[in-house]
Amino acid sequence: MASAQPAATIDSGSSAADPALARKFYSDMLLIRRFEEKAGQLYGMGLIGGFCHLYIGQEAVVVGMQAALKEGDQVITAYRDHGHMLASGMNPRGVMAELTGRETGYSKGKGGSMHMFSREKNFFGGHGIVGAQVPIGTGLAFSNKYKKNGAVTLTYFGDGAANQGQVYESFNMAQLWKLPVVYIIENNQYAMGTSVERSSAETHFFRRGASFGIPGEQVDGMDVEAVHAAGLKAIEFARSGKGPIILEMKTYRYRGHSMSDPAKYRTREEVQEVREKRDPIDHYGQRLVQRGTLSDADLKQIDKDIRATVNAAAEFATESPEPKPDELYTDVLA
Amino acid sequence: MATQILMPALSPTMEEGKIAKWLVKEGQDVHSGDILAEIETDKATMEFEAVDEGKIGKILVPEGTEGVKVNQPIATLLADGDAGEEAEPVAATQTGGGREETKREARKEVREEETRARPAARKADALEIAEAALSDTEVPAGTEMVTITVREALRDAMAEEMRRDKTVFLMGEEVAQYQGAYKVSQGLLEEFGPERVIDTPITEHGFAGLGVGAAFGGLRPIVEFMTWNFAMQAMDQLINSAAKTRYMSGGQMNCPVVFRGPNGPAARVAAQHSQDYSSWYAHVPGLKVVAPYFAADAKGLLKSAIRDPNPVIVLENEIVYGRSFPVPKMEEYLVPIGKARVIRRGKDVTLVAHSICVGLILEAAEKLAAEGIDAELIDLRSLRPLDAQTVIESVKKTNRIVTVEQGWPICSIGSELAAQVVEHAFDYLDAPPAKITGKDVPMPYAANLEKLALPHADEIVAAAKAVCYRS
Repeated sequence: MASAQPAATIDSGSSAADPALARKFYSDMLLIRRFEEKAGQLYGMGLIGGFCHLYIGQEAVVVGMQAALKEGDQVITAYRDHGHMLASGMNPRGVMAELTGRETGYSKGKGGSMHMFSREKNFFGGHGIVGAQVPIGTGLAFSNKYKKNGAVTLTYFGDGAANQGQVYESFNMAQLWKLPVVYIIENNQYAMGTSVERSSAETHFFRRGASFGIPGEQVDGMDVEAVHAAGLKAIEFARSGKGPIILEMKTYRYRGHSMSDPAKYRTREEVQEVREKRDPIDHYGQRLVQRGTLSDADLKQIDKDIRATVNAAAEFATESPEPKPDELYTDVLA
Repeated sequence: MATQILMPALSPTMEEGKIAKWLVKEGQDVHSGDILAEIETDKATMEFEAVDEGKIGKILVPEGTEGVKVNQPIATLLADGDAGEEAEPVAATQTGGGREETKREARKEVREEETRARPAARKADALEIAEAALSDTEVPAGTEMVTITVREALRDAMAEEMRRDKTVFLMGEEVAQYQGAYKVSQGLLEEFGPERVIDTPITEHGFAGLGVGAAFGGLRPIVEFMTWNFAMQAMDQLINSAAKTRYMSGGQMNCPVVFRGPNGPAARVAAQHSQDYSSWYAHVPGLKVVAPYFAADAKGLLKSAIRDPNPVIVLENEIVYGRSFPVPKMEEYLVPIGKARVIRRGKDVTLVAHSICVGLILEAAEKLAAEGIDAELIDLRSLRPLDAQTVIESVKKTNRIVTVEQGWPICSIGSELAAQVVEHAFDYLDAPPAKITGKDVPMPYAANLEKLALPHADEIVAAAKAVCYRS
């Protein structure tokens, strides 16, 4: 399965043929975009504190992958996680309220942007230490194999995390024990401020499993249908008992690493070029209009509805009370 | 001239072993590198090779003999021209009947693996105290007691819980086919199979995280670290993932995982392999930490740990693995996490310890008794939650306290106990709290320096006398 080429072209796979799915792709990506823009705004107003890592630019990755999952499959990622939560079906109000540190947030205000979970939606976090989610996701896959429940675990991490040792410890065990896990490397080309070229001896991340015999594929992570098609194949591979597989998603983040990052390590022109030529949402919208799946009016209406959802989430998140003082001592132990 | 072949030391903690099998006969020629015998240590069965050439003269210790001390002559080797001198077989320990019977015999004695010259009488006394301590707590009157090693108690705890709950599994380095680096998981692979007793690669950071993930996924992993020294590679997963996730998730994510293995110095393995992590883990909210000494506590606490919905750190001790103590024969023997035990009542001074140092305070108490000082002894058993209340109540009675541990002195368990006692029993104290700890240095290799670095009974005696203002 190893290949240097993007796995799918525009109309490959099952996704493009289904107008309802195409509409969902577009809406889900736009929800993440508008949600993140609002989060950035609230951060600027001092309503969100600490670290806040926005997913703007990478939306196609998680939306395409999540649409390829089945009931009972699991998801885990690092701290750039708002998009993953929304794509897992978590309520934007609960996510935003966690960002503002309120009692109505998914973690009752005790986790914040980087540490959110939903057992109901099989979203296992939301982990703040670069790379730490990789053995944990591998362990989730281990539990699925142990229970023989047929579930697959999507374990997301970035090009930065791909240089952590525990990632390779995980690769080894996952392949040794043929665990049903898909490793999705979101290569947005910068580990905080250090470019892939400056940090990685092997910059083709889909090859990073080669010494363990784990197959890998590189995917155009700015094309939601390509992601979905690759995701379907990879998830089927893992589910069928063949062991782990790696998908390298070539993507890009428009904003800084976190809200406090001025992003001096790249030019304004570089970002602008990606926005104009490869934006996962704008280009997909145009494609759907060309195909006749959606009209311009449809796109406008979707945007309007999403803005309303996001504004309601922001209102909820700013009006909800902070956790009560006695919550300080709850949830330490079961 | 005949030379003697001596019983070899085949592990850092080995003091004695069993001649499992002789592979040579009297009169047989041997060359260097030939396998002479199979010798069973506390950890494994090892092959014992000839170093010198010659002819086997007399086999002094027959095969099947247990408890053969290191450096005891086990055979003679004749050089060319030797006439095969007569040598009486050592009227040794015993040759035993059936294998099982021999084992049972062996269990009856308290094995002292850290020789360090102790009066033989003490062993029996210590055992008596331990038995008395057991009988006044969770065990119903009249319960039969079976004497087993701490090693066996830990294995029994895992086996019982694995029979009871299919989601419990054991993973770690050498836990399956090798039967455990310290033989703790002996027999588990055979009973539960390779899906539940899993040999991992040498990958502590990875398998600790994998264990956390498996716990999030609804299983109850027991993750063995060959020793806790190696868990430093996994520290991030233990603290940031296992301990904190429940809190960070607003109570959604439980992490019912047990991390266990031998903690603290073994013998002569120097700085990187000789460290006591008691206070490290006791510091962390979201963890529970236990450090038992007696076999019954090892069993009961490990069973409680496996059933606990939280991550539990089980600090065992390699030297204590081979010690034998009575364990109640009960269907369900669970020891609650977070409760200390008063193992000897006394009125003059409170001595507090956990893990292997409980052996030291037992020894110190006898020496003190000989000088007319009546010590009360507390085995903490758990370090988080720390049962400071039991210690405080004792100090209110004795008015003096000496804490004992192998860890370093700064921010130690003793530091915390001293703070608690000063805060809650200040007016009862007749002397400042005293701390006996490992010395504030990395562990040296040289035998004499290692001995100096570790706490020993005479230091405890001296400290107890000092707080009693006796000289």
